[in-house]
Amino acid sequence: MKTLVIAEHQHDVLSPLTANCIEAANKLSNSCDVLLIGSKLDTIQKELSTLPSIDTCLLVESPKLSHPIAETYAPIIADIAKSYDVILMSNSTQTKDILPRVAGLMKITPLTDVIEIIDNETFKRPIYAGNAIQKVRYQAQHKLISIRPTAFKPTGETNISNISFKSIQPTIPQTKTSWVNMAEATSERPELTAAKIIVSGGRGVGSKDNFKKIESIADLMGAAIGASRAAVDAGYVPNDYQVGQTGKIVAPDTYLCFGISGAIQHLAGMKDSQTIIAIDKDPDAPIFKVADYGYVGDLFEVIDLLQNSMATS
Amino acid sequence: MHVLVPVKHVIDYNVQIQIKSGQVVHDQVKHSINPFDEIALEEAIRLKEKSFISKITAISIGPEDVKPTLRHALALGADQALHIHTDETLSTLNRAEVLQAIVSKENIDLVLMGKQAIDDDANQTGQILAALLQWPQATFASEIKPGDTWEVTREVDGGLQTIAITLPAVITVDLRLNEPRFASLPNIMKAKSKPCQTIPINEFNLTEDQAIEILEVTEPPKRQAGTMVKEIDDLIKIIQEHCA
Repeated sequence: MKTLVIAEHQHDVLSPLTANCIEAANKLSNSCDVLLIGSKLDTIQKELSTLPSIDTCLLVESPKLSHPIAETYAPIIADIAKSYDVILMSNSTQTKDILPRVAGLMKITPLTDVIEIIDNETFKRPIYAGNAIQKVRYQAQHKLISIRPTAFKPTGETNISNISFKSIQPTIPQTKTSWVNMAEATSERPELTAAKIIVSGGRGVGSKDNFKKIESIADLMGAAIGASRAAVDAGYVPNDYQVGQTGKIVAPDTYLCFGISGAIQHLAGMKDSQTIIAIDKDPDAPIFKVADYGYVGDLFEVIDLLQNSMATS
Repeated sequence: MHVLVPVKHVIDYNVQIQIKSGQVVHDQVKHSINPFDEIALEEAIRLKEKSFISKITAISIGPEDVKPTLRHALALGADQALHIHTDETLSTLNRAEVLQAIVSKENIDLVLMGKQAIDDDANQTGQILAALLQWPQATFASEIKPGDTWEVTREVDGGLQTIAITLPAVITVDLRLNEPRFASLPNIMKAKSKPCQTIPINEFNLTEDQAIEILEVTEPPKRQAGTMVKEIDDLIKIIQEHCA
């Protein structure tokens, strides 16, 4: 299986999700090639060299490729993908935008959000917001696959690659899409999907001001902050905090949640966390059916105690 | 300007799905319009109310069962409905090819659709369609500003990205774009006289795409409930152990 992993990056830094893609690629073949597209790739190139099992890194570099616009990127990827049996990407929003467009250009139905690779043509993926798992046989001349990164955690194996780099001169297509801007959710905190600890709040937190207490706990722990859809809809926090079927899918080592009752759509986004600790005032809240540790009581009392004990320790 | 809104008929989002003999149970289960598609339709209706567009066509691909979703779309404000009749489950590529054919037949200027269907959660039809049409795409829209070029704000990892596209184009919508209205009783009655045309799938001369074959559907592994902690001091200790 000749396998190509498409690397992602932001602000000239390699996305940690690329390592997860390589982990998935290793389940299909011993080594893979990596495709790197962008306008300034030298630091990312160096970062790639620390990842295992890469043969060749294909570089497509041009000032015109500084923004990941699907209409621009897809034809470039489709052209290179023709030489591979399998093309793998993570399931970031960037991939979700670009990969199916590549698939359309190649007239192949892609397989998205894979959580398990059984063999070269048998895969599992969640459907109905993770309430069911579909096992599929996928046969295509070029398999276009996106993987759920949390299902392919890098083993940290240091089978350091002896990468050779190869530049490809792209034909940059004329497009009818132009870049306007990116309003970044600025945060010093770890990225939700990559965090080891997530502290999360729901409607039970009660207000935007109260949510600041969740944030201060998270900062004490060096954790990322999550929220339920209810908390987002109530305006306590911005959209990109949302964990769940319609938000981010996470699987941290510890998921600590306050005032989240555990609607199906929220559970779909966090039930693969290693340890779940839930605090809610409702003893019948569904969150307690999935939590490793549950506590029924006043969440603010817990937060205050936690803050005091962490400040002294 | 003529807008096409594909609407998928899916198990209602409030229903807890059941699995029997390796398949999701559909019989006797409440179905309704895919919620993301309903948001796309609502946006089309608002654009029509502001005279940016003149006509809305709703389309659904599937067996006779999908008709209620098309009638719902007409009751909400679509001008006409197209039912592409097939009893087979089509692949996404084949679905996009059907939509591509309709786009040229009906002189469509804009396709507005949900970013994903809540049954297969694939999130790909809009992008594949845009590729087939060689049109620009704006996925996961949370704000759409019409104009000479259309500015679309997209919900992406790490923030909100804005791009400008020139029509014709495909826009797929995210949850927070708008809140769909309810169909009023007079509009439900009026919808009965709106045109709803059925086209059999064999008129499209598709090459059947069988890249993905579903082998079985199973329940996800269940997480076991853990322990309830009674004393708050014990809880603090547990949190500190796990969040160090």
